[in-house]
Amino acid sequence: MYTTELQKTKAVDAIEDPEKLAAFEARVAADDFIEPKDWMPEAYRRTLTRQISQHAHSEIVGMLPEGNWIGRAPSLRRKAILLAKVQDEAGHGLYLYSAAETLGTSRGQMIEALHSGKAKYSTIFNYPTVTWADIGAIGWLVDGAAIMNQVPLQRTSYGPYARAMVRVCKEESFHQRQGYEIMMHLCQGTSEQKRMAQDALNRWWWPSLMMFGPPDENSPNTAQSLRWRIKRETNDELRQKFVDITVPQAEAIGLSVPDPALHWNESKGGYDFGEIDWEEFYAVVRGEGPVAKERMKARRDAWEKNAWVREAADAYAAKKAQKKQAA
Amino acid sequence: MPSLPPIRPEDEVRARERRGTGAFDAPAADEPDLSLFEYALRLGDDSLILGQRLAEWTGHAPSVEVDLSLANMALDLVGQATHFLNYAGAVEGRGRDGDQLAFHRDVLDFRNCLLVEQPNGDFAQTMARQFLFSTWQKMLFDHLTRSKDEMVAAVAAKAVKEVSYHEELSAEWVIRLGDGTEESRQRMQDGFDWNWRFVPELFDMDELAREAAMRGIGADLTILRDVYHAKVRSVVEEATLVLPSDQRPILGGRRGHHSEHLGHLLCVMQFLPRTYPDATW
Ligand SMILES: [Fe+2]
Ligand SMILES: [Fe+2]
Repeated sequence: MYTTELQKTKAVDAIEDPEKLAAFEARVAADDFIEPKDWMPEAYRRTLTRQISQHAHSEIVGMLPEGNWIGRAPSLRRKAILLAKVQDEAGHGLYLYSAAETLGTSRGQMIEALHSGKAKYSTIFNYPTVTWADIGAIGWLVDGAAIMNQVPLQRTSYGPYARAMVRVCKEESFHQRQGYEIMMHLCQGTSEQKRMAQDALNRWWWPSLMMFGPPDENSPNTAQSLRWRIKRETNDELRQKFVDITVPQAEAIGLSVPDPALHWNESKGGYDFGEIDWEEFYAVVRGEGPVAKERMKARRDAWEKNAWVREAADAYAAKKAQKKQAA
Repeated sequence: MPSLPPIRPEDEVRARERRGTGAFDAPAADEPDLSLFEYALRLGDDSLILGQRLAEWTGHAPSVEVDLSLANMALDLVGQATHFLNYAGAVEGRGRDGDQLAFHRDVLDFRNCLLVEQPNGDFAQTMARQFLFSTWQKMLFDHLTRSKDEMVAAVAAKAVKEVSYHEELSAEWVIRLGDGTEESRQRMQDGFDWNWRFVPELFDMDELAREAAMRGIGADLTILRDVYHAKVRSVVEEATLVLPSDQRPILGGRRGHHSEHLGHLLCVMQFLPRTYPDATW
């Protein structure tokens, strides 16, 4: 999974040393990787911390909609694949938290920010998984969108983030294929299965397009992020790529994309598609998504109701250390 | 009654030529080995039900690392279940595969022990169950690597490494939680209090278990019991806990007489294949 930038920073407030800033910008422009110990502008650090931690939170919250179906996976093989997939997402969360930590914010602080509602995660996970086909749709569309976004991030300017993306991308393309395979199977199945598949596409299509974030004209940080190579392509460019790749995949398995305005535009060599309901997107960003409360409650409960486990582990480690010292 | 066909001279010739194979009153080669079938079901159902239980934690564990390790164990167990149940289906020879067995049997036909179907409870209860089960499963699989049944031996050989990690991990948590804080100690103790009554079933040598052991397919569990108790005791002591006192053993799982919990687990697990019996996934 992935996230796009959802929060805006105030105007760059820190006044940076112009010489250092110029040297930094030159390195970034030359496609050099910036490493944790290197000098970087405060705004770069802040933007990256926000972006990587949002990405990490998205991986972790993203375990919930799919975890919802592990117990009901319809065959032993599907159960194993889904378990392994959700496990991969947990692993992505871990690499990303580690990458964000190199910028000076602890994992505890990031988790705190998530639970207080201050930090955001991808809007897509605020929609419910109501049928098995949703597991196919998530793999196909959501992991598919993630790849679109993350492949360019393998060349993002911050070294630890770029390296995390290399590992993550391999697994995401696996997830995308597995999701599509679920959909394909449903489409070859009974009429009930086809209905499930089409219904899942109907519900997940628009939220998937929203995953790429607000349109470019409404995305004030994009220019800065592109210059700093935190982003490598704009929201709209990535969204267009996603549509162009995904529409033929839907057609190939006999599903119809729920957009009457969708048509091939020969001159631009891509699809034209309908207007995204940005009001819905902003409502989800505000925390009003259909299952936003469920997702946050699940995360907070996991954290708070199991606090005694982490406390016990710390207490035990402290006792061990004390014994070792005494010995 | 119609007259029987006579035995003709050519039949006698054929009979003479065909001397030398089979035995009177021996099972025909294609007759299913039902006790092997049942034995494989026991092994497969234990893994399946515990895997299903552990997977309930996904996304809700105390930390991302713990989430990963629980999902990892669940994945190992589902893998073992797949091998054992597919094999059980093949031995039975009625065209059922692992999925048929996992998703289209009712409680009375499940052969897992009662321990694995116990609810997760809190993390301590989950770890108590895991430790009590994995310690046993590890000893059993060690033994089964020498099973006379090649398939049982092969699956056990692959699984024994996984299970040894489950045992290690759960023992570490038992110790950490037992010797952690006052609260975690109490919870860990409660976890053992809940699960302890199902341990005797693990060592119950009913007729089928005895037959499997006699044929060299299964293990004689009675010889494992003392080592098991010694292992459990040493971990429990290190965890500063006390083992609950023994009570009248609760048996039944191996004969399909389960706790109330299994039916609910199956409702969830079997929902899709049962609702759409004509579909494949
Ligand atoms: Fe991911
Ligand atoms: Fe993924």
